[in-house]
Amino acid sequence: MYSVPEPQLGVPKLSVRAVGKSFLTTRADSVPALDSVSFDVAPGEFVCLLGPSGSGKSTVLNILAGLVRPDGGQVLMDGRPISGPGPDRAVLFQDPALFPWMSVRANVEFALKMLGIPREERRGRAESWLSTVHLSRFADVQPHELSGGMRQRAALARALACRPQVLLADEPFGPLDAQAREILQGEVQRVWAETGTTFVFVTHNVREAALLADRVLLMSAAPGRLLEEYRIRAPRPRSLENPLLSRVVADIHDQLELEVRKVVARETGEEGDQPGLA
Amino acid sequence: MWWLLSATGAVGSKNLPGPATVWTALWDRISNGSIPVAASRSLIRLAFGMAVAAILGTVVGVWVASSQIVQRSVGSLVVGLQALPPIAWLPLAALWFGFTERAVVFVVIVGAFPAVAIATAGGIRQVSPVLVRAGRTLGARGWNLYREVVVPAAVPSYVEGLRLGWVFAWRSLMASELIVQGGKGLGHSLDRAGRHFDAPTILALMVVIVVIGLAIDFGFAVLDRRVRARRGLVPA
Repeated sequence: MYSVPEPQLGVPKLSVRAVGKSFLTTRADSVPALDSVSFDVAPGEFVCLLGPSGSGKSTVLNILAGLVRPDGGQVLMDGRPISGPGPDRAVLFQDPALFPWMSVRANVEFALKMLGIPREERRGRAESWLSTVHLSRFADVQPHELSGGMRQRAALARALACRPQVLLADEPFGPLDAQAREILQGEVQRVWAETGTTFVFVTHNVREAALLADRVLLMSAAPGRLLEEYRIRAPRPRSLENPLLSRVVADIHDQLELEVRKVVARETGEEGDQPGLA
Repeated sequence: MWWLLSATGAVGSKNLPGPATVWTALWDRISNGSIPVAASRSLIRLAFGMAVAAILGTVVGVWVASSQIVQRSVGSLVVGLQALPPIAWLPLAALWFGFTERAVVFVVIVGAFPAVAIATAGGIRQVSPVLVRAGRTLGARGWNLYREVVVPAAVPSYVEGLRLGWVFAWRSLMASELIVQGGKGLGHSLDRAGRHFDAPTILALMVVIVVIGLAIDFGFAVLDRRVRARRGLVPA
């Protein structure tokens, strides 16, 4: 159905083509998580993947990261197949996953060290990323001494330190309180605008998606498919007060609620149209 | 209680001397140099045996953690060895090395290494997949991933294994020194004191063995606490 394009100008940064994935359960049957998902991400674009839980959005992200192999279909970066994790695609997990035995600074330097960059240069670059996320004063502390929001900021600096072309984020602000979340949303927007990094950002928070994304891809309940695509043209920096944005948020909410109802109906064992529960 | 038992003559002062008598015996043997010499002999054996056991245990542990098949075969064997009292190795060791210091150190090594191996393998297997995933996406792979992420993440369990392992080493050393004659360790001294029905010296030596045990354990406890505090696993 698709042919592999030659790397050329104008090719999407990332291409997901007819990707499917099933997971084996402990009872040795397999549960479909993704059903033929296809989308492209343009260079420098900010795409949010949104969907009810179990829609396979994290699976898509892990496939892009090269951590999970799809059963079928193709995942391409710059037109070339993705075969494993690489420093060209940094990942921000829900858990900051900082290495607890290293100082914050050493964490940020980690990817640079893996690339064999000399100590002095590593230090300088880590320093500058730490100041970008306002953690310069905490360079020499251990991760456990930071607050949740600060840890995620350190993880952001660590992910960006080797200047990845793509940043993949898997509900990175999920466990944070509202204030820390807001600060981080600000940092992410700033970093995205300053670096031109391509972002794929998984979230279940509609407002977050609308605030951050150029394009929101809404995924269906399991097995995940692409349901709808929303292009968000509101000017940046954005505010949720913007009527354009609040309309999109309302639209997505309606669509998402339909999906959530399907999940609820399925989980309670009732098929067909059910009166709304929300 | 000890004082009460001996002072009331419930056991008989010859077989259970009071704390004061033992204290005198202890002080005598320390000042005439016999206990320091014996203790240092034993400690050198312990250090050597423990060092070999730590290296062996680490290598075997890493190997066991490396694959399911090795885990099932070698891993089970090591767990089995753990159930065997180390001193049960002595007859075989005596057959191979004679009743020599070598046999003693051999028993120390086989006594201590399973604990280190089991803790190492367990530590590596329990490394959080979240950290491994993070390491992989940050460009660590193969040997680098192991050295930079998996091994450091397993350090707290490893230290625990050493702490457990040295206790086995110390016990096996004392046991085999008691049996293998002609040496100058604490176990040998204990054996000789027994032959001379010298209860104060026996008790004095037992006190020394316990005190050394407490001191070494304290050292490991400090190390353990440091490693954990650094990772935020206990309040610093």
